[in-house]
Amino acid sequence: MSGAWRIFPLGDSALTIEIGTVISAELNSLAISIADHFQEHPFPGFIEAVPAYASTTIFYDIAEVRRAFPKEPTAFGIVKRLTAAAAERSVEQPPLSGRLVTIPVQFDPASSPDLEYLAEMSGMSSEQVVDIFTATTYRVFMSGFLPGFSYMGIVDMRIAVPRLETPRKCVPRGSVGIAGTQTGIYSIASPGGWRIIGRTDVEIFTPDAAQPSLLRPGDQVRFTRAE
Amino acid sequence: MSLLINKPGVLTTVQDLGRFGWRRFGVNPNGPMDPAAARIANILVGNDDNAAFLEMHFPAPEIVFERKSVFSFCGADLGAELNGQPVVPWQAVVADPGSTLRCAYKACGERAYLAVRGGIEVPSWLGSASTNLAAHIGGHKGRRIMKEDRLRLKSANEKLPKHLPGVGPSLIPRYSRSPTLRVIAGAELEVAGHIPQLTEMSFTISPDSDRMGFLLSGDETRARCDPVSISSAVGFGTIQLTPDGQMILLMADHQTTGGYPRIAHVASADLPLVGQLGPGDSITLEIIAIEEAERLALLFERDLSLLRVACRLAYE
Repeated sequence: MSGAWRIFPLGDSALTIEIGTVISAELNSLAISIADHFQEHPFPGFIEAVPAYASTTIFYDIAEVRRAFPKEPTAFGIVKRLTAAAAERSVEQPPLSGRLVTIPVQFDPASSPDLEYLAEMSGMSSEQVVDIFTATTYRVFMSGFLPGFSYMGIVDMRIAVPRLETPRKCVPRGSVGIAGTQTGIYSIASPGGWRIIGRTDVEIFTPDAAQPSLLRPGDQVRFTRAE
Repeated sequence: MSLLINKPGVLTTVQDLGRFGWRRFGVNPNGPMDPAAARIANILVGNDDNAAFLEMHFPAPEIVFERKSVFSFCGADLGAELNGQPVVPWQAVVADPGSTLRCAYKACGERAYLAVRGGIEVPSWLGSASTNLAAHIGGHKGRRIMKEDRLRLKSANEKLPKHLPGVGPSLIPRYSRSPTLRVIAGAELEVAGHIPQLTEMSFTISPDSDRMGFLLSGDETRARCDPVSISSAVGFGTIQLTPDGQMILLMADHQTTGGYPRIAHVASADLPLVGQLGPGDSITLEIIAIEEAERLALLFERDLSLLRVACRLAYE
């Protein structure tokens, strides 16, 4: 699949390599390994790499890149070349398997304001919805939205409901939500529009920890009924 | 020895240049809305560019210097006064112990930067002093500054500079209420079918705008388009088109990722102009090539290096 990507500027201090336009573990795995490559082998002027569903964005310092590669006309051209090379290299490597993280969730009515709605929409009992939800192992595709918030998938089509039309003003920390085929855990209290089907006590985001985010792109997540 | 806050102002936060390296975990950089003014403020008092400072809006805070300090006031012209005497902006100023800084009016721009020699001392979170208002972490207690807060200052060389450095006119940004912003085309500019209209229109910043982003309103003639697709990273200065035909210009506290079409990105060199805008102001866009954007950014860095050298000599 060499060359099956496009690289475009995200402003003048970042570029994005887009590997595809669909949600798939294979494309995501490549996006993560390109990001990991730069985190482990940063070039002069590299700031950070942010993997997403099927793309990775590289942020860089124009002046530092140009200083390190004075003969080339643009920092964009230099980083583009390095990114294409990293992508070629990543394609040849076997995909990394992420860690498996188990997250116990309470599905009682107080913790799951939208579970009834999901059951109604899908023509099942709440019990069955939870059975279906907990039967899948989800992949962490990317982080975003809130510190430590992970976009996970792929939710079974039978229970894949759209977001709320009007987001809630405050969704409590630990709320487990569904938005289409995505699922995610509110890492901190926040306004939000995902349908809330449960809540976990597991700390998803620990500000004082050296690594504050429990979940990382590429991880596998299983939800279980909390005792 | 501290800064004592007599009045907090409408939105005053501790920032440095931002928290980098954590976007892949959803933690956005925060940092100043006008990075140029913030960096210049620090350089003028002999600080590292990244030392912690205060970003303020109008009404601005009233601040007492509890120790003799060298400070600078850059960015928006908020009519700053020290003990009732006008403060020359974009220049280092000496404050005696007990003197009070307040701001009388808003003449130009929306955000001013107060840097004090040594820098403000706050616990570092993930390597940065910037305030993350959404997560209530970082900066001073994870929140905006309140009345009676005391902001500790890092110890600084007591010796006053040989002269009080200032900034030449070429480095002072030309703030405007209706600037033309140079932008780099976004990946979905063409998808949205916007090229002809985008640069011919003026967009107004709506009241629903804050440190996260500016909502832009223009004519309703623009083509609507589907939400892209799958999310990917976005940046400070990214302009997105929402499904209802509105545009959002992402600012310093933006979320790290987004799924709307990316129409354009403000060139780094013009971020200071955007950072000084508020509701009711308007912008016009001009598309430039990446080469030109890089040239402008490097030009500014070169000017900043010259200023840094001059200021270092003053504080030797």
